[in-house]
Amino acid sequence: MTAVIRAPLGALNRALGRAHVRAESLLVLVALVVVLSILSPVFLSLSNFFNILLATATVGILAIGATFVICAAGIDLSLGSVLGLSSVTGAAMSAYLGLPWPFVILGALAAGAAAGFVNGLTVAVARVPAFIVTLGMMGIARGLALIISGGQGIYGMPPEILFLGQARPFGVPTPIFILIGTALIAHWVLAHTRFGHHTLALGDNEAAARATGIDVRRLRLMLYTLSGLMAGLAGLVFTARVNTGDPTAGLTYELLAITAAIIGGTNLFGGRGSILGTMVGALIMGVVQNGLNLLAVQAYWQQMAIGTVLVAAVWLDQIRQRGRVL
Amino acid sequence: MSLLELEGVEKAFGPVQVLRGITLKVEAGEVVGLLGDNGAGKSTLMKTVTGVYAADRGVVRFAGEDVTLLPPGERRRRGIEMIYQDLALAPQQDVANNIFLGREPTRRLWGLLPGHVDKARIDREAQAMVDRLGVRVPSIHIPVGMLSGGQQQTIAIARALTFAPRLVIMDEPTAALAVREVNSVLALIERMAADGIGVILISHRLNDVFQACSRMVVLQRGTVAADLRREETSMAEVVSYIVGAHA
Ligand SMILES: Nc1ncnc2c1ncn2[C@@H]1O[C@H](COP(=O)(O)OP(=O)(O)OP(=O)(O)O)[C@@H](O)[C@H]1O
Ligand SMILES: [Mg+2]
Repeated sequence: MTAVIRAPLGALNRALGRAHVRAESLLVLVALVVVLSILSPVFLSLSNFFNILLATATVGILAIGATFVICAAGIDLSLGSVLGLSSVTGAAMSAYLGLPWPFVILGALAAGAAAGFVNGLTVAVARVPAFIVTLGMMGIARGLALIISGGQGIYGMPPEILFLGQARPFGVPTPIFILIGTALIAHWVLAHTRFGHHTLALGDNEAAARATGIDVRRLRLMLYTLSGLMAGLAGLVFTARVNTGDPTAGLTYELLAITAAIIGGTNLFGGRGSILGTMVGALIMGVVQNGLNLLAVQAYWQQMAIGTVLVAAVWLDQIRQRGRVL
Repeated sequence: MSLLELEGVEKAFGPVQVLRGITLKVEAGEVVGLLGDNGAGKSTLMKTVTGVYAADRGVVRFAGEDVTLLPPGERRRRGIEMIYQDLALAPQQDVANNIFLGREPTRRLWGLLPGHVDKARIDREAQAMVDRLGVRVPSIHIPVGMLSGGQQQTIAIARALTFAPRLVIMDEPTAALAVREVNSVLALIERMAADGIGVILISHRLNDVFQACSRMVVLQRGTVAADLRREETSMAEVVSYIVGAHA
């Protein structure tokens, strides 16, 4: 990049540094919004903004889990499948067992956390590589979801659950509140707690984390459980939105979640990342998708666009790392 | 009661027996040089002291208490600090966070939310430590990975000294340092000993060891080959133990 763009980017980056967001990703987001506003008359409206956020909510929540795990130099490929398992488990509480609505929430979250806990145990205690463990869980959770539901969607959620997915308090869809609230808490945890500091240190240099007295085993266990819990929450939101426990929900979403985290500036090899950055990454993907929809571009092109953004984001990042000026 | 007592410490990695029953004592305020050929087991032995490795057999006693089964964090809290040969720094985290790694102070956010890392205090105290040691770093806010090897080494030293240690183990702390910095580390060791801190110095630079240490322990293939007082030995004798030529 030329010095002309570098100087203002540097200033912006320092300002954003406190919020742990990279200037480049924010800049890309702003550029996209500007271009799309010019190209499509309906793009820049409050209702479309809500559309984008609503479409981003599920993947955005998954991406929070992905960010934590990737920051610790791990990976969670089971996010999408665990979302499906949680969706079915939560729905089954009400539809099969006739339990009241809080059990739908409990079931979805517990299913996610339990799957994550099993991932964590296998990674941290049995010391099987995370890639393998979560790839295995990807199949196990999906299979379990299909078994529980008999391969069918489980319809009919109680109204309290539908509120979580379909209501619009103050005109804003509930999933957006859930996404923003979760993201803010998660951001604080990663950026400002010892848990977060230790997560980044673990991803940066495991030997250093160990030597300075961080309980690496417990930390990993907690991280994968947290990741599973996020998948559970995403599963709950999904179920509430479509009024269905869907065993095929979240198929390939783990890749979208990881993509959002990486676009947002999380280092795939660990040690660096932020939740607000990931939210910017998820928004970029949401805006691209929404914009291309409005422009009536075929869905096939959307996948290409997202793929391009991903590679471009990492390329920009490497330029920055090499230059170390921004 | 000695500050540190090792009794029959053994450690194997798979089929490779690295430590074969090490017995050793270090007093408070004493500076002990730990010497030996490459691969003699010096770093491994010290990691059984910090808890990074668990000893297969034997006892590690610190300040009279058996710490053999305690994890590294608990041993650090009791005052065992080590500057690792590979430094054990987190390259993408900034200098201040590295100095406080694993020991981050927290406060309540807005007087309510507990567990908020007190970054302002970390920065303040890290800066003070860096100044006190006379470390030359551009800023405590830059990632440690951007520092030179020698600067990184001084950051690792700063981390070991920030939490009022009682025993400081230095594994080749001067390997990457320029002459001026080597001298300041040696002076630092002297000051620590005067403050009653026990110091174990691992180094291949015999001149440094003879200047700083009142006692020298030589490891040879996982056993203690010699335990010598400075006044009663010579460089030639120490070398002969290191290379295994001594009868
Ligand atoms: N994690 C490990 N796994 C397997 N073998 C190891 C491990 N750590 C050390 N060893 C072996 O233990 C022996 C002693 O290593 P150690 O690092 O303790 O030597 P040292 O005395 O510190 O040597 P140097 O002066 O080169 O630092 C070596 O043969 C080494 O290969
Ligand atoms: Mg060594």
